[in-house]
Amino acid sequence: MITVLDVHEKPIFESSYTVQGGNFDEAGKVASQIKVILKKLGLQTDVVRKAALVAYESEINIVSYARKGTINISITPQRVKIETIDEGHGIPDIELAMQEGYSTADAKIREMGFGAGMGLCNIKKFSDQFQITSEIGIGTHLKMIILIENGA
Amino acid sequence: MDLETIVKCLDLKVFSGFDKLKTEVLDGYTGDLLSDVMANSKEGDIWMTRQVHQNIIAVASLKDHAGVILVHGADPANDTLEKALKENIPLLGTGLSGFEIAGRIYNIIKGKKEITAQNP
Repeated sequence: MITVLDVHEKPIFESSYTVQGGNFDEAGKVASQIKVILKKLGLQTDVVRKAALVAYESEINIVSYARKGTINISITPQRVKIETIDEGHGIPDIELAMQEGYSTADAKIREMGFGAGMGLCNIKKFSDQFQITSEIGIGTHLKMIILIENGA
Repeated sequence: MDLETIVKCLDLKVFSGFDKLKTEVLDGYTGDLLSDVMANSKEGDIWMTRQVHQNIIAVASLKDHAGVILVHGADPANDTLEKALKENIPLLGTGLSGFEIAGRIYNIIKGKKEITAQNP
């Protein structure tokens, strides 16, 4: 489904960011940078709001659960694509992980107000298209698309 | 209703964002789960929370909140304050509980009419 939208559209912006697992001090930094770019490009408020949330939750997931990860963003006049590829444990049961309230977060993460089992659900809810794949011992790959109505 | 009026009415402590107190407060949100706040709060909200760690500044900034109120006499962690000053986000504090402060702010920004309508 996602590939259909990817056909031969030349991105107006593309970038890639590295996120270190466990570094809560910097958590949210990439999402903030992405939001600034989207605003500068003059995208609609709604698109910026959704993309910022999707980027933020994806970033928090890498920080909370993976050793490290990459966040790629690509913007065409039709859509914003955010992709995260992490190196981590992977998710054994994706269906379970997608259930609201289910979380494997430890006490430290929960104390900070993360790990409520809402992240993946929110990512899915705020994306127009969402794809998740995961391999045990390798990592998790998320692909999200937010459509830009009537083009940018 | 701007932040300054709320700060004065409720005697809030101002930790940062001193020159942004003219910001208009459109609505409010309470919550300590960051994903909940990310998903459900809105631009222009005043966010009331008991979380004091620096990630609240990233959330407030991403959501374009009017300001953040730390409840129950909580002080921001040092790095939280540093970040709030750097990003110029109004970080405020109250000795009241989340329930008390939310109720008062609700009354100030939109509740008055509804309450008087129910109890004329």
